[in-house]
Amino acid sequence: MSRSPDKLLEVENLHVSFRAQGGEVHAVRGVAFDVAQGETLAIVGESGCGKSVTSLAVMGLIPRPHGKIVAGSIRFKGTELTALSAKKMRRIQGTDLSMIFQDPMTALNPTLTIGSQLTEGIVYQKKISRAAAYQRAIDMLEMVGLSNGAQRMKQYPHQFSGGMRQRIVIAMALICRPSLIIADEPTTALDVTIQAQILELFDQIQKETGVSMIMITHDLGVVAKTADRVAVMYAGKIVEMGSKRDIFYHASHPYTQALLNAIVRLDLPSDTLKPIEGAPPDLFAPPEGCSFCERCPFAMEVCRHVQPPATTVDGHHTAACWLLDKRADGIRQKVENY
Amino acid sequence: MLRFVLRRFLAMILTLWVIATLTFLLMHAIPGSPFNNLNGKVLSDAAVKNLESHYHIDQPLPIQYLIYLKSIATFTYGPSIKQPSQTVNDLLGRGFPVSFELGLWSLIVAVLSGIILGLFAALKHNGLIDYVAMTLAVFGISIPNFVLATLLIQEFAVNLHVLPAGTWQGVSYMIMPIIALATGPMAIIARLIRSSMLEVLTQDYIRTAQAKGLSPFIIVMKHALKNALLPVVTVLGTLAASILTGTFVIEKIFAIPGMGKYFVDSINSRDYPVIMGTTMFYSALLIFMLFLVDLAYGWLDPRIKLNKEGK
Amino acid sequence: MAGSNGVQEKRTAQNVPEEWFHLLNRESAIQQSLVRPSISYWRGAWIQLKSNKLAMLGMIFLILLGVAALVGPIVSPYSVTAQHLTLQNLAPSASHWFGTDELGRDVFTRTWYGARISLFVGVVAALVDLLIGVAYGGISGYIGGKTDLVMMRIIEILYGLPYLLVVILLMVVMGPSLLTIIIALTVTGWTGMARIVRGQVLQLKNYEFVTASKSFGSRPWRIVLKDLVPNTMGPIIVQMTLTVPSAIFSEAFLSFLGLGVQAPFASWGVMANDGLAALLAGYWWRLFFPALFISLTMFAFNILGDGLQDALDPKLRR
Repeated sequence: MSRSPDKLLEVENLHVSFRAQGGEVHAVRGVAFDVAQGETLAIVGESGCGKSVTSLAVMGLIPRPHGKIVAGSIRFKGTELTALSAKKMRRIQGTDLSMIFQDPMTALNPTLTIGSQLTEGIVYQKKISRAAAYQRAIDMLEMVGLSNGAQRMKQYPHQFSGGMRQRIVIAMALICRPSLIIADEPTTALDVTIQAQILELFDQIQKETGVSMIMITHDLGVVAKTADRVAVMYAGKIVEMGSKRDIFYHASHPYTQALLNAIVRLDLPSDTLKPIEGAPPDLFAPPEGCSFCERCPFAMEVCRHVQPPATTVDGHHTAACWLLDKRADGIRQKVENY
Repeated sequence: MLRFVLRRFLAMILTLWVIATLTFLLMHAIPGSPFNNLNGKVLSDAAVKNLESHYHIDQPLPIQYLIYLKSIATFTYGPSIKQPSQTVNDLLGRGFPVSFELGLWSLIVAVLSGIILGLFAALKHNGLIDYVAMTLAVFGISIPNFVLATLLIQEFAVNLHVLPAGTWQGVSYMIMPIIALATGPMAIIARLIRSSMLEVLTQDYIRTAQAKGLSPFIIVMKHALKNALLPVVTVLGTLAASILTGTFVIEKIFAIPGMGKYFVDSINSRDYPVIMGTTMFYSALLIFMLFLVDLAYGWLDPRIKLNKEGK
Repeated sequence: MAGSNGVQEKRTAQNVPEEWFHLLNRESAIQQSLVRPSISYWRGAWIQLKSNKLAMLGMIFLILLGVAALVGPIVSPYSVTAQHLTLQNLAPSASHWFGTDELGRDVFTRTWYGARISLFVGVVAALVDLLIGVAYGGISGYIGGKTDLVMMRIIEILYGLPYLLVVILLMVVMGPSLLTIIIALTVTGWTGMARIVRGQVLQLKNYEFVTASKSFGSRPWRIVLKDLVPNTMGPIIVQMTLTVPSAIFSEAFLSFLGLGVQAPFASWGVMANDGLAALLAGYWWRLFFPALFISLTMFAFNILGDGLQDALDPKLRR
């Protein structure tokens, strides 16, 4: 693969496994993607597909000792993160690379003030004075839309609503001016109206700071609002990747198509909503062939035996599906008529 | 905050009142005058008179009750039956400093060693340290303090002659009683800290702290330990109580001239004024400890304080 | 299965046979998915407990101890109370395995008799706690509202009472006997159980199965008995395994203060108290055996309690 200079993050052939009772879970199985400067990549998939594990792997937060990056490479600004010592990795965590977690109700320490939690990272990492950190934190609170910062700094997490807490978590992630933010389902735990506000906040922050983002979500609505490019994950693999336009209008993988069909759309009659039958495969023993095979309406014999390679649909749009193989041309015709 | 303190303080007074009333009722549940025939010992008429007038036995019950409450509030219990020349206050004044020293040191040793043991066990979860620490803890809980005390005396005083077997005259005299008294509470704290630490370490806010790139030491000390300490604080009152009652036996075994020894002696000789006086004193002490624990909890966990205030 | 991919002949995109490119009949494509056999709560708990070697060891010890306490004094050739002044303070030997005491009584026989008393006190105290605690906590949690508030305030005050002091006071006034010990131990002991039951009931009473039961017109007490109690069994059992040793411990403590069971009967605490004085004269066995059995019993209950906690808490179970 060619390495382009504007790529901030390049992930190749990433494999992550967890030891659990009853064997090893192959949570991420050969994931590859990249993120350019100022770009938002959405990683979308249902729960358990490995999207969160992928983000934790990038952050260097795979819980040890039971979790392990088995193979692959994660290059951030040209530095190979998988080869870094824990100490060196900590210098990148929270400074150049930060993360926003799913549930703002539990992501903040209940016994420490907001001020202490906001400033501790920058004081520790950048060795700036507490006074400077304090001012910086107030500025950050202002930026995420929380006024009256001086008073807020003294308060505890339980004194804020869910939406406000998520703003605080975002301020915390921004305080060291990172170049990449990973947001793991940042709106899932919030009310719908708050969700929209938070997504708007992300948009505004990105315009102001030019930060790159990886948006982990299961919500195609969030994808539509925030993403430049989209990676669709299923059972530990990326099954389709392309621009937002490619995914929403030219979905080529049956799973992506099924996901799109499963969205509730107010502008279409309700019988067009099609849930995806069945459940994802057991990642204790991943299937030999395509992992979507069991639930795929267009499964072929080959899908049961061999994993499909990533095939270029056009330009940067790729999908891992045997239907895109030229030997399946005849069948694809049939399927498209279906 | 003030309202919270006030509320707790009132609860404390109420509890003391319940204990006082209970004590009063129990004493009057004994048929006849409680002072006529004490455990088969016949008292002199003068002594009985003395006691009866002090407790106003001749008055009707409600009046007696009020007088009794007043004597508790002013802490005047009158003379001991066994040693009429001494009042209960004299005994407490002499015994309490010694018991306080023993109890406080034991509590400090138990809390510190328990926290350290539990912390290391949690951080090395399923490792050798964890295994050793928890085996130690289960043994600590299983062995009654009087058994441990006798084992210690047998080994270090009788066999090895390295530590004095009894009395209370300096640091070397304190080692064995403190170990005997602190081991059980230490084991309880170690187990509590371990399990609450293990739970805290899986919390989301710990991952948030890790994502900031903080060092593991800061994460444990600043983010995890404070939260893991909360359950320990809640049992601190109970532990203080168990150390306090533990002093009864330990002082007996090591012949330490503390309050516990007087208390045990008074039980054996059915010296009611002393029993009542010490019981009330101990109760007040323990309830005051619980009150302090409540305050500490409010300080450690900002959520609690606000909830109570907000009501 | 996980490693089979590597072992089998490597298929790449290039060497896939052409004939594999045909749509599958949906029926044949759906493989038999692995379904984990669903096992009942109690069976699962038992399997988990069985795999915990230490907890099983504790349980086996307690069963053996129970049998020994029942049978020991009966099969022993020596009497518990009869005194043999010629056989004073004999060291352990083939005829007296645990030696004899200052009245020539066989310590081995008396140890099993002591087990009877100690276990009896522990088990009865736990049962009384259970009875009061379940009734009180169940009512408080189920009715809720003002009743719950008042009942919990009462518990708070009782909880604030220094437990052993109250016990000592009661013992002094009522005079030491087995009955007094049990009354004294349970007078404040049930509050812990009541709190646990109330918490569980509060949590459970809003669950759907209770609502369903209500909608069928079941009476409140029936709901408490049939639906709530079985679901709160886990924490209750764990609490009981902790109550028994603490009652045994308290009894030993009281005996040690001279407030225990009176002679000629002996609990372990009484024997240990007597043995303490005898230790200085070199008769170590008189303290050693009762102390050993108190410790072993506490140990067994504690590890069994830990094991039960892991086994009965669905959150901890894997």
